[in-house]
Amino acid sequence: MKFRLHRYNPETDAKPFMQDVELDIDPAGKMLLDALLAIKAQDETLSLRRSCREGVCGSDAVNVNGKNRLACITPLPELKEPIEVRPLPGLPVIRDLIVDMEPFYKQYRSIKPWLVNDAPEPEVERLQSPADRALLDGAYECILCACCTTSCPSFWWNPDTFVGPAGLLQAYRFIADSRDEATAARLDNLEDPYRLYRCRGIMSCVEACPKGLNPTAAIGRIKSLLVKRRV
Amino acid sequence: MNTRRFDALIVGGGGAGLRAALQLARSDYKVAVVSKVFPTRSHTVSAQGGITAALANVDDDRWEWHMYDTVKGGDWLGDQDAIEFMCREAASAVYELEHMGLPFSRLDNGKIYQRPFGGQSKNFGGDQATRTCAAADRTGHALLHTLYQQNIAHRTQFFDEYFALDLLRDAEGYCLGVTAMSIETGEPLLIEARTTLLATGGAGRVFWNSSNAMINTGDGLGMVLRAGLPLQDMEFWQFHPTGIAGVGCLITEGVRGEGGYLLNRNGERFMERYAPHAKDLAGRDVVARAIAIEIAEGRGCGARGDYVDLKLDHLGEKTIAEKLPGIRDLAIRFAGVDPAEKAIPVAPTAHYMMGGIPTNLHGQVVAPARFGPEEPVPGLYAVGECACVSVHGANRLGGNSLLDLVVFGRAAGMHMLEYLRDNPYARPLPDHAAEASLARLARWEQSGSERVAAITDDLRRVMQAHAGVFRIDAVLRDGLGKLGELETRLAHAGLQDTSRVFNTARIEALELENLMGVARATLVSALNRTESRGAHTREDFPQRDDEHWLKHTLYSREGDQVDAKPVRLKPLTVESIRPKERVY
Repeated sequence: MKFRLHRYNPETDAKPFMQDVELDIDPAGKMLLDALLAIKAQDETLSLRRSCREGVCGSDAVNVNGKNRLACITPLPELKEPIEVRPLPGLPVIRDLIVDMEPFYKQYRSIKPWLVNDAPEPEVERLQSPADRALLDGAYECILCACCTTSCPSFWWNPDTFVGPAGLLQAYRFIADSRDEATAARLDNLEDPYRLYRCRGIMSCVEACPKGLNPTAAIGRIKSLLVKRRV
Repeated sequence: MNTRRFDALIVGGGGAGLRAALQLARSDYKVAVVSKVFPTRSHTVSAQGGITAALANVDDDRWEWHMYDTVKGGDWLGDQDAIEFMCREAASAVYELEHMGLPFSRLDNGKIYQRPFGGQSKNFGGDQATRTCAAADRTGHALLHTLYQQNIAHRTQFFDEYFALDLLRDAEGYCLGVTAMSIETGEPLLIEARTTLLATGGAGRVFWNSSNAMINTGDGLGMVLRAGLPLQDMEFWQFHPTGIAGVGCLITEGVRGEGGYLLNRNGERFMERYAPHAKDLAGRDVVARAIAIEIAEGRGCGARGDYVDLKLDHLGEKTIAEKLPGIRDLAIRFAGVDPAEKAIPVAPTAHYMMGGIPTNLHGQVVAPARFGPEEPVPGLYAVGECACVSVHGANRLGGNSLLDLVVFGRAAGMHMLEYLRDNPYARPLPDHAAEASLARLARWEQSGSERVAAITDDLRRVMQAHAGVFRIDAVLRDGLGKLGELETRLAHAGLQDTSRVFNTARIEALELENLMGVARATLVSALNRTESRGAHTREDFPQRDDEHWLKHTLYSREGDQVDAKPVRLKPLTVESIRPKERVY
């Protein structure tokens, strides 16, 4: 199979370049990660992140033929050749397919992603109805792979000021949690022309999410909560 | 060499490390976590089915029954004091996670959802219990993210993508921190700490067919072996019965807990023959052996007869969508079947290391010394899969791993606080403390004819073929011979890539060194134990032999020495559970 891989080693390369690679591999039943690791077995200078190889750890997000995807759950036979693999867009490249994730993590931390409940803790669990718990479905499953945030033009232009879809989805995860008491503070934290309202609803994030989550819908709910509390 | 100083250092950012770090971060001490991946990439994230605690939310339950099941599940090799401690603490540990925000699934009355798992009983071996607390089939993800979030809230200092190299110790044996390397820059770093916790996880990548993440390379075990400390019970590896055939990705036991079952090529529910009472919810070792036998005797499914079917379509779309959504995803992606319509092809896959770094129930690493077989190594702790406390004995029960992480993570964190109070001043670091680590790094600057990736592949094939579900003297010996050849090849290996920045080839070389140590410990320990117990099945010694083997194995690298220490049969407060025949 034919691949075009983004290569950049800051110690030896003046600038990034695309490398054509041919790999002898039977694509049936294989994922893109299998192919990248087979290429790395031949040429160990190729650098990429990977861990669980089953789509739950979020390490190996890359841009494949123009779309952000997790290499480990992207079936090889589906991909059009030459398969072009680049690092996630919008973040500084450290090497080859590896980006500096810190701007993404910083926005995640900025929404204070932890449950706040200052009431004395009961001896057992806090109760939550199945209906209340169902509000978290589609929000808590985020794996922080950054596929969504780095597919968002608003984040490309404003990585310092726009929280981005992943961070906003996590903000919603806590707003929606019946056990969390900090909704007002969380909304205050987002009521800002940049932090929340840079989202223009173009839904690139929804298309990019490898877990089938819908950050745009969550952002919409946050916006409507802000509208509601104003009236 | 750059140096950083902390009061406490945690090596590993999975569930165990983060739970311990949280305990320390809530104090005024300075705590750092070193992790070779961003913490939420740790393998805890892959845990599916749940965390076991006798909450009795669905059915009668008591921690004493959980304790009995754990002792029996471990084929009486587990230490009963540690098991009592874990089962007693289980409920509070789970409630605490709920208070931190873990999004558990819920029952109609609003309490935490629980499901049946293998090896769970009421009344000390009676009817099936319902004890495993779950967040759908993503419990590990929910747990790991919750603990990471709490650590952010408490401002734990993270060294993400730093690879720990070696323990720093002084002449009196005190652990004074570790040497590490920034993966991003390739710079070595010395991290001094008055107390250090290893929470580096398992080493399941030592087998060819494994459910484990690619990062599970036994790094803490390698560090301990190089420090001259022993590893315990390394012959005991759990092969999970239901990995996706040919891929290894896990299909949770929760599938069988929800009512799924196994079929052979004749459409027979064969577990009824092997475990008439518990059937598909017998211990994992029992089910894995049964599948291996079905396949070996020609009753496997498919063209090559190399798997069995896991049927769950009768559970209905709704249950699958609500309780097993992640499984459905995995099966569609990796097996090409929608389990709501068709059975999933499964086969045993290497899953969990029961053995590890010997500790007591405070998480203190213990080693034989002048005053007995279990002297704490001052300042050094270990928790989670890399540790052997030993609560899982010869075979771990499903749902007990996440519990182990949080119960002993918390216990170790609390004990480290005591240690810091008792040892208020940092001990001086000996001159040249980092020399061995720097020599290891320098060794990989040299060129060599052998490739790391090829040796790693061969190692995993050797371990699969020679130390798998069934073991026998001649095959194990043959495996040791082949391992010797691989060690020679490793000595002649070199890197094509000697750059500094994010050189993952260098990391893989260092990981291979750790895996090699794990492989040797496993083969030598397995060869030594001439009985069958739990997950260690010797075809040439098919019976459990309590008279000679009711004891832990201690393996030391120096001369491949194997020692033993007694199993603690005396619990903390309750009556001892005496060994008897283990049937399900």
